[in-house]
Amino acid sequence: MADGETRLLFRNIDEPGLASIDTYRKLGGYTAIRKAFEQMTPEEVLKQLEDSGLRGRGGAGFSMGKKASFLPRGAMDKYLCCNADESEPGAFKDRELIQKNPHQLIEGIIIAARAAGANRCFIYIRGEYDLQGDILDTAVDEAYEAGFLGEDVLGSGEQVELVVHRGAGAYICGEETALLDSLEGKRGNPRLKPPFPAVQGLYDGPTLINNVETLSNAPHIVASGADWFKSFGTEQSPGTKVTSVSGDVKRPGNYEIELGIPTRALIEDLAGGPLEGREIKGIFPGGSSSPVLLPEECLDTPYSFEAMADAGSMLGSGSIIVFDDTTNVVELALRTARFYHHESCGKCTPCREGTNWTVKMLERMIRGEATPIDLETTASVQTNIIGNCLCVLGDSMAMPVGSMVKKFRNEFMDAIEHGVQEPKVLAA
Amino acid sequence: MPKGKRPWTVDPGHIHDAPEPTPMPDEQERVGVEIPPEEIEVLQAAEEEREPHGEPAPVPEPAEVEVPKELADRIRRAMSRYPRKRSAAIPALWAVQRRYGWCTPEGITQAAAVMGVTPGYLESVASFYDLFRLEPEGEHQVLVCTNISCWLRGADELLSSFCEAAGLDGPGSSRDGKMFVRGFECLGACDLAPMASIDERYYGPLTEEDARAAAEQLRSGSEVLPDKRLEDRKVAGGPDAKEVKG
Repeated sequence: MADGETRLLFRNIDEPGLASIDTYRKLGGYTAIRKAFEQMTPEEVLKQLEDSGLRGRGGAGFSMGKKASFLPRGAMDKYLCCNADESEPGAFKDRELIQKNPHQLIEGIIIAARAAGANRCFIYIRGEYDLQGDILDTAVDEAYEAGFLGEDVLGSGEQVELVVHRGAGAYICGEETALLDSLEGKRGNPRLKPPFPAVQGLYDGPTLINNVETLSNAPHIVASGADWFKSFGTEQSPGTKVTSVSGDVKRPGNYEIELGIPTRALIEDLAGGPLEGREIKGIFPGGSSSPVLLPEECLDTPYSFEAMADAGSMLGSGSIIVFDDTTNVVELALRTARFYHHESCGKCTPCREGTNWTVKMLERMIRGEATPIDLETTASVQTNIIGNCLCVLGDSMAMPVGSMVKKFRNEFMDAIEHGVQEPKVLAA
Repeated sequence: MPKGKRPWTVDPGHIHDAPEPTPMPDEQERVGVEIPPEEIEVLQAAEEEREPHGEPAPVPEPAEVEVPKELADRIRRAMSRYPRKRSAAIPALWAVQRRYGWCTPEGITQAAAVMGVTPGYLESVASFYDLFRLEPEGEHQVLVCTNISCWLRGADELLSSFCEAAGLDGPGSSRDGKMFVRGFECLGACDLAPMASIDERYYGPLTEEDARAAAEQLRSGSEVLPDKRLEDRKVAGGPDAKEVKG
């Protein structure tokens, strides 16, 4: 396993014109759907995806093939939603994949639709990604014109329709059931599960929801086979992963790596390590909703789903935020909590009130008006949110904030005693 | 317990024996704020001025609402893409906002007439999403990302710089109506930190000088920060990357 970049989804990524169908085809694109439609049955495509061990790249890490297999068989309208509502602080990989290689995603959607028997597909892209939305609009038109989408895909008699749907600024719509509500034209509130979307999702029909990066893997798996795919990464985390590294590093950006390389190689070799004269204080290994890890807990650990879980955090969407020794963790906790407070849809009380009070207590600490009991209350609010809401938005604040209180307790005690001198965060 | 009596209707004698609870501290002492009387008067006046809610507006009669053809076409096209018409709520609101600059009550009524839903329904949707404007704002929109990665790299300072460049004390619309500056949650461009979305295109990493230059360019109508555009950036990784093909 190489410790540098291994580019599969990022192959030819900066090739001029890759976003156009001609260039994409010239570089071998749209051959996988030919194989999927002309040489394979839907069951074979599904089996290929299942055998590859590809895990969802949106955060949960669930087996993509298994998820697709939960959809009932039989003739009915079935839906596929590509989740391109990437809004997790620290994540910006889907933006790059869509902007630079939209046809790879579209081809993946067509393949997944074949595997799941879905005839109506949607890409739910966040409204802020206007440029990427425009690029997708053009690419979808091109794919229709080429006969890869529409009533009769490649003359197979199978129908696959694809619509690009733009959101309008709501983090919660990245949660799969909130995404469905939003796509149905409602406010984006999460739904109670079960029923799961595979059984009763969009318009009450069976629905498969996959992340952009997950779907972008599908053409490669179908083209080269499950065994080939499994030759990358680790046994439990096969394949490559586009990883977003940002925060206090010299070269923030997206790096495609084989899962399982040391976290240090990713942060120090690829992203250039901490800024001059600074030291890493901690990282969010999987976006802002993952519990923070200290450098000694993670740098020499493999970057994979299982190793990050063992370290007490998660790989999530594969987005590392590094913060260095100039960062005050109480302020960082407040900056994190404010985001979830703002984005909470307000449906469930533990999340609505918990995010609100966490913000208030942290503000109090920074102003130096808190009492020691506020720290206990802050910690207990976090434990009372986890597992008690319809979706995990509240948990997504509780996990990092809870971990900060646990791992940087002294800093919180210090803030309670003296407040934070010249805080950076209250101006926001 | 007497038959047929519910437990909570039985006289809870034992409660009478309980000691008096300690009285609650009075409201002002408890929250530690004193509302000055003049402020209370202002609040009361505002309360009285507010119009009674009355009945919500029904689904508008298409014949009674004049809808610009281009807007109506756009919304109908959106409706045709979905199995159910309500899915076109967000596209319809985008169409309204792009036409009028914000989701005007008239625009919402027009969209409601085309879609056959109540204006209240569309308003409830519009108020959920951060990108819909429910009141008029400056012409050019500057959203400064203030989330974690950008914050670590100086986003709060950048937001202040943009406000200053627009002649504002804090986020809002500039006096000349040219600019609307606002802090925003993660825009998904942490690699450009600190960054901003200017008229729906991404620019970064930005400095104080960039903020001043962008404000000037927006006012004069020239191209904005041509060397800071996301479109022109290559992927971060270097030439050592190994490319694989099946």
